[in-house]
Amino acid sequence: MDKKLKETILNPILKGNPITVLVLGICSALAVTVQLKGALVMALSVIAVTGLSSLVCSLLRNTIPNRVRIIVQLVVVAMMVILVDQILKAGEGTYAIDKQLSVYIGLIITNCIVMGRIEAFALGNKPIPSLLDGIANGLGYGLILVVVAFFRELLGSGTLFGFQVLPSGYVPNNLVILPPFALILLGCIIWVHRAIDKDLQEN
Amino acid sequence: MEYISLFVKSIFVDNMIFAYFLGMCSYLAVSKNVKTANGLGLAVIFVLLCTLPLNWLLNTFVLQPGALKWLGPKFAEVDLSFLSFIIFIAVIAAFVQLVEMIVEKFLPSLYSSLGIYLPLIAVNCAILGGSLFMQQRDFTGIGEPLVYALGSGIGWYLAIVALAAIREKMSYCNVPKPLKGIGITFITVGLMGMAFMIFMGIQL
Repeated sequence: MDKKLKETILNPILKGNPITVLVLGICSALAVTVQLKGALVMALSVIAVTGLSSLVCSLLRNTIPNRVRIIVQLVVVAMMVILVDQILKAGEGTYAIDKQLSVYIGLIITNCIVMGRIEAFALGNKPIPSLLDGIANGLGYGLILVVVAFFRELLGSGTLFGFQVLPSGYVPNNLVILPPFALILLGCIIWVHRAIDKDLQEN
Repeated sequence: MEYISLFVKSIFVDNMIFAYFLGMCSYLAVSKNVKTANGLGLAVIFVLLCTLPLNWLLNTFVLQPGALKWLGPKFAEVDLSFLSFIIFIAVIAAFVQLVEMIVEKFLPSLYSSLGIYLPLIAVNCAILGGSLFMQQRDFTGIGEPLVYALGSGIGWYLAIVALAAIREKMSYCNVPKPLKGIGITFITVGLMGMAFMIFMGIQL
């Protein structure tokens, strides 16, 4: 594996993380992180969609006219999201999670990460690197999602994946389950990330 | 009366930003000053107001299970709801492109002030989210989706202008270095969300 390919895969996970550095795809990152299970399913769906749609757009990149490329990209992404949604609806264990995630699965279409990677990478690169780039960005997104969901489920209900972890005397903190806390938690993650990596700080 | 309660509810109780986090990307990116926030907010209200009723019509007469009854009894069983994502986003993208062309032709001053934000609306989650919530809510008649679109558009507009105003003032504050920029913005939005939560659970 050459150096450039390695960079493509590792960069989006830490240094160029889509959520904490590029600030893309925040909507769903905050809404689906009340429980780890939902967050994990969401992360996997996004990985599949970013990877596959980057691959398809990269294959089509020489045939898409420049003026209508946004619509073509949206149609490709929407197709992938429909596939993921139908698969989730069909699975026995995943149907309940699909119901819980409600509109947010559909909103992967407008998740800026997917469009952003297609515009910035897939339209100018060969299919295989594009696929890897899409998957790596999905992973970077999923990582943050799982970290946020870990804290929110642990502090908000005292459980992880639905199993009781904290002693039963723990009084669940209801604020953690409410939407605003996800924003504050994400702000703190960015704080820690930028305190460690000083290059990312803004002036 | 129902319309008024739906209107107030969609502005405050079900606020797109603070209750559902929809349209967060452009909300954070374009809220650096009040002027551009104002432009984007108005554009979102307009696009929401046009696409949501359009998508409601499509949903009621084409996509819903049994919606194709008007074509004849043979079509009463057809369920096209799995196509709704692709249809909704196509309507939104096409409409945004149309608005862009019209504004460019007839209102060049507005076009230059909105700049790149106009095409960006196509991928604003608040627009698609509005249509997807509309699908879940089973509105009756065209009036309700119109009122809902106007209300949630205004809610989004208020939220982005408020954040832009706070960020303008905050640029004079002494924020810890790693938290500067996007970090403190997240925390501000979180605190604003907590303030907005006083509307939660209000029955209208």
